[in-house]
Parts: sequence; C-alpha cells; structure tokens
Amino acid sequence: MTILVYLMPVALFLGALGLTGFLWALKSGQYEDLDGAAERILRDDKPER
Amino acid sequence: MSCCVPSAELALDLTSTTSVLPSSQEIRLASRSLGDDLRQTDLSVPTVHCAACIQAIETALGKLDQVEGARVNLSTKRVAVRWRGNEVPPFVAVLGRLGYEAHLFDLEVGDKDKTLSALIRAVAVSGFAAGNIMLLSVSVWSGAEGATRDLFHWVSALIAIPALTFAGGIFFRSAWNALRHGRMNMDVPIAVGVSLAYAMSLYETINNGDHAYFDASVSLLFFLLIGRTLDHVMRERARTAVKGLSQLAARGAMVLRGDGSRDYLPVGEIQPGMQLLIAAGERIPVDGRIIRGASDLDCSLASGESTPKNVAPGEAVQAGVLNLTGPLTIEATAAAKDSFLAEMVRLMEAAEGGQAHYRRIADRVSALYAPVVHLTALATFLGWMAATGDWHRAITIAIAVLIITCPCALGLAVPIVQVVAARRLFENGIMVKDGSAMERLATVDIAVFDKTGTLTLGQPRLVNASSIDPAMLAVAADLAAHSRHPFSKAIAGFATRGGQHKFRAVTEHPGFGIEATDAGNTWRLGRRGRAGWKARTGGEGKHGYGGTVLTKNGMIVASFAFEDALRADAGSVMAQLNDAGVSVEMLSGDTADVCGDVARILAIDRFVPALLPSGKVERIEVLTKAGHKVLMVGDGLNDTPALGAAHVSIAPATAADIGRNAADFVFLRESLSAVPLALDVSRKAGRLIRQNIAIAIIYNAVAVPIAIFGNVTPLIAAVAMSASSLLVIGNGLRLQGFRLAELTRASSATHSGIHPSARSS
Repeated sequence: MTILVYLMPVALFLGALGLTGFLWALKSGQYEDLDGAAERILRDDKPER
Repeated sequence: MSCCVPSAELALDLTSTTSVLPSSQEIRLASRSLGDDLRQTDLSVPTVHCAACIQAIETALGKLDQVEGARVNLSTKRVAVRWRGNEVPPFVAVLGRLGYEAHLFDLEVGDKDKTLSALIRAVAVSGFAAGNIMLLSVSVWSGAEGATRDLFHWVSALIAIPALTFAGGIFFRSAWNALRHGRMNMDVPIAVGVSLAYAMSLYETINNGDHAYFDASVSLLFFLLIGRTLDHVMRERARTAVKGLSQLAARGAMVLRGDGSRDYLPVGEIQPGMQLLIAAGERIPVDGRIIRGASDLDCSLASGESTPKNVAPGEAVQAGVLNLTGPLTIEATAAAKDSFLAEMVRLMEAAEGGQAHYRRIADRVSALYAPVVHLTALATFLGWMAATGDWHRAITIAIAVLIITCPCALGLAVPIVQVVAARRLFENGIMVKDGSAMERLATVDIAVFDKTGTLTLGQPRLVNASSIDPAMLAVAADLAAHSRHPFSKAIAGFATRGGQHKFRAVTEHPGFGIEATDAGNTWRLGRRGRAGWKARTGGEGKHGYGGTVLTKNGMIVASFAFEDALRADAGSVMAQLNDAGVSVEMLSGDTADVCGDVARILAIDRFVPALLPSGKVERIEVLTKAGHKVLMVGDGLNDTPALGAAHVSIAPATAADIGRNAADFVFLRESLSAVPLALDVSRKAGRLIRQNIAIAIIYNAVAVPIAIFGNVTPLIAAVAMSASSLLVIGNGLRLQGFRLAELTRASSATHSGIHPSARSS
C-alpha cells in the first residue's frame, strides 16, 4: 500500500494542474469568444499589422 | 457585401427605418478612455456571422487612420474599436459600406459579467473536487479498509474544503440572505444539508468511522452549480441580445450657446432654457418648445399616434419623438430628469405590477419542503434516541436523512426546464429576461395589446400602387429617396432599377414635401393643398384622402394612399390567443377611428382609444383587481408604465429603450406570432416543472423511509441522488422534443392594413 503515498499526490497534482490550467484560460479571456475562435482558425493569412 | 446568409439560429430581421447613424459626438460620448489618449468604442453588429465577416470588418477598420485596432467578438456580435485622437474615425459609416449595420453599445465598465466567471470558477473547483473524491469513495466502497480507508477519508476531507468554501459560498450567502429576511428558499436546505454532511463526515473520519459523505456533499454542489450556471448563461445571452439593439433614446444634443458656439452635451447636462439644434433624423432629447424651423415629427414611440405630425415654431415637443424632415431649434423646457421620458419611468416604478409580488415556484415549494425535511430529520433523531439511547447512531441516521432529502433533484427541477424553454424561445427570436417571467406568462388570461408599433408596424405602406401610372410612380420613388419622411420611404420602396430620372436641385421643404426640377419641369411630391403647393386640377377627389400627391408643374399627376401595415399574422395570432383561453383587448393612444378600423380587421371586441399612459395603467389595474392575470404587449414610451403594471409583459425589438428594459420578453422578429409561441412554451414548461417536482417528491417518499430506518450508506446516497437528478434532467429535455407551432414567416398575403385618418394638421 506504500505505492499510494506516491500515487495519490501524483493524481491530485495532475488534477490540480488541469484545474489551474482551466482557471488560467478563463482568466486570460480564452472563453470570451468561442464562436469567433472557431471561425478565426479558418482565416488563411494573418492581417499585416 | 455581407458575406453570408443570416443563420437560422438568430436572424435579426429588423427594419432599420427607426435607426439613425450615431453622430460622431455621440460616439465620442459613448466611448471610454483607456488612458494615454487611447479610446475604445464598442459597437454591436448583429449581422456578423462568419470568418469572412471578421476578416472584412477587422481589416477595413484597421485601415482607417487613428484606429489602433479592431477586434470582433463573434459570440456577442460586437466589435471593439480602439482609436486615438480628437476626431472620431468614421467606423460606423465604414461598417455601413461593408453592409453591416452597427449600433452604439454601452459597456458597463468593470461589470464584465463577474457573476458568470464566479459561477464557472465554482463549477470548475467543485467539479475537480467531486471527481477526485468520487474516485477515493469508489475505492472505499470496493473494500478499502483500516488505515487506507482513513487515509482516503482524510484526503477527501482536504479536497472538500476549497469546494465548500469557494463553490458552496454561493449557496451559503444566498441562504443566509433569505433567512435574514425571514424568507425560505431552496438554498437553505442545501446549505444545511451540505454543511451538516461535511461536519458529520469529518467527525467520523477523526474517529476512524466507516461512513463518510464527502462525495455526497461535494457532488451535490457540483450538480446544482451546473444548473445555476446554465440558467445564468441563458439569461445573459438574452440580455446581451436585447442590449445590442439600436438605442432609440438620444445620448446627447448639440447645444447652441448665446455666443453662437456649439457644444455637444450629454442629455443629463441639458438645462431648461438651453437652445438645442435637432437635425433631421435625430430624436428629441428633452421636452422643449420649437423656436425655429418646421418639420414632421414621428410621435409613434411617444404617444402611439401613427401619422407623422407637422410642427411649426411655438409648438411644444416631447422627449423621445423623432424629427423626420427638417432641422429644428428648440428651447429646452425641462431637464432630462423632468422630461416625458423620466416621467414614464417614474410612472412605471409607481405602477409596481405582479412581478414584485410574484413568488417563484421553486421558492414556494421550498417554503413547504424545507420545514418538512428538517422536522423529519429531527423526528428521526428523537426516535432513534428514544429507541436505542445511542446518540452517535441517532445523529448519524438523522444526518443521513438530511443528505438523502437534500434537494438535488428539486434544485434542478425548475432551472433545467427553464433553460431548455428559454433556449427554445431564443431559437425563435424571443428573449426571456428570467425564469419567473415564464412562470408568470403561463398563468395569464387576458392579453392587452398596444396598437401602433405592436399590432401594426408603425410604418405606412403604399396601398394604391397598382392604380398609379408606373412612370409616375418611378418619378415619385426617385424623388422620395431624398427624404426620411415615412411616406417617402414607403414610396421609395417602389423605385425602379437604374432610376431613369436624374433630378437637379432636389430640395426638401419640411412639412410640405420634396421639390425637384428635371428638363424644365418642376416636380413636387408632398401634401396636397398647402399654400404654394396648390394643385388646380388632376386626380383630385379620385382617392378619398390623398394627403400625398405628385405634381408636375403644379398639376396633380398621381396621388398616394397609405395605411399603417399590420404586423404579419396579427389576425391569426388573435385567434390563437382566443383558442388558448386568453381574451384580447387593445389600448391605444391613437384616435378612435383608427383604432376602430384595426379592431374590426383583427376581430378584437374590446378596445379603448385615446388613452394617456396613466390611462393604460388604470385599465390594467382594474383588470388585475377583477382577478385577471394581465399580459401587456406594447412598444411605445407611453406603454412603459403599463408594461410595468402588468403581470407579465412582452415588447418587440423596435420598442423604446426603457420599454425593452421593462418587458419580461422581447421578440426580435417582425411576426406577432412570438406572443402565442411564448405562451405555449411557457405553459408547457410549467407543466414539466410540476412533473419534475412530483418526480422529486416521489423519490423522497421512497428514499426517506429507507434513511429513517438507518439503511442508507454513502453508496446508496450517491446512487439515489444521481439517479433522481438524471431523471429530472431527462424529463426537462423533453421540451426540446415537443412539436411547437413553427413560427410562420411573414407572408404578404396576410398583410392587411388600416387607413390612417386624414392628416390632422
């Protein structure tokens, strides 16, 4: 059962990593325009500026 | 070159007749400073639709001088333009050339939907916690024992702390608020159940017990937060769509100072006595008196009169009316806070309607539910104490009762149905402000309609086009294109391609008409019988009330008859409402003649013409006192108090701003069939809500005895709660499957109209 001592922190750490990743994405405005992001990927070229 | 067909999901088929390009001063006033000379303007562009739209708009705006950058948000259909300098770049005009209609948009700074981000963060945190705790719980259920089980319990307890404080805070605050005001809501039993479950599990963990309910308390929060977030997203979407409509009130006005200088001031700073310049196409910001100029005024939003009013110096004008044809100089007689518009807001606030007294179904249920549940738990505790004297066992079982009855399904029963219903309405172009609006709409038995702008479109339509010489009609249409007068716009719609007539010196004489010369002939399009526009012979008398004629060198060559076009399907909507058991009444500020005509065509038995705004409120109050639940459908400023007084209210997207904000529902499409559709969906939603509550209660009736007899383990609690939630959600989703009467699109066959009375002035 000593394996749990490693496994549980690893599992929790990975979960927390995902959670912080999501919160960071939320904060940096990546969920502000979901429809726009889906369409923007279809644009051929970047505008010059 | 709007690139693509507007999608079926939300076609904003609004006629743009009422909107006027915002002036650059107005844009400046609505923009906000980002510091360092940089300003940002937010525009709502309802027709943005695809990648090509984004590309076109962002490059075109980016090419303008002074524009730092433009960013399209496709989800909210907005463009944020950052620019510097004193001169406002002409971005509205640029967008107009691209084929996108843009409206100014007031962004509440700092209020960037904090609730939504808080909710999503809470969902994320509680989801993380629920997932991990559930994993640990599964290992416990599958046989982890002794030190391992205790370890798992301790880890679960740790993970649950952030979820309870962060995500649970939303419920604790709401429950505390309700209790402090002596009320009961669904959050009270939730808060009590969750916190007691956690406390007991912690006690068990400390004492190496084998049952801990960490998974139950956290997954409960997770489920409920999902429901709450969906509810919020839906409402926010409706609110954004309504706010993105063009604003119909003036933001400011050009003030003419005594020394001849001009200043653009926001409406709030305009004082009585100031002289204001009102260009053709602008709305009058405050009550005033005309000093110079003559024009036609469109009062339909303010008073409900459908025919434009001819005005001359000395006459008083109300805030909110639209100046159509000529520039006016008015002297303000009241500040904005004392103007007609503000008076309407005050009347509306005074006429506090059914909304304020209405208690949500969920709150009513929980007011009964919570005491029953808590008393049952108490009785269980006392019973086990009396039977065994083992206080630990008695408390454990009593808390298990609380956990199993914790209104997981009940908390989802109402919002999930309302989210599905709101989505259904949204797809049909109807915005719902909140769930309680649907509950209230389901109960109405009288629908009260305003006439101008609600039953009718408030725009004239040419009715005798077929009897006019096509050549003359083409001439008139080319002439009419030079004017904003509603009659001109109606005629201009008949313009032939190419426009053979090239007029020179087209002049508009406000209040009279348009004059132009062409190869030695003088053409005039305007009202008959005004001084200087005397027409001696010709089509006179051929058409009954030909207020508007076309003359060639003083001879009448064509006369035009107009009617106020009814909204599409108005007639069939009245029939549908009657079938649904809702009687219809019409209240209007217009004259008895016009109202009588409309009532006859639509087969409305009861109508009251020539009502003041307070008259409408009184009528609604009389109906309410008689025990009726009144639905008010109206668009004008004069309807706003009535919208507030009614049990529930609906406004078209073309309504005045405060009316749109006051109404519970706003429909974006032209057809009036939105009203029966909203009623239908609301009633079906009401039925499903009652079913869901019944399901939740049956579930409790089965689960509670098991809990009372002490047979509930954390595994049973988790299975039972999830199953009942899924059942309730599944039942709510059935609303998607209902075959709803499809919104029949406007067909010209149903366009019938009424004739405006001969122009009065």
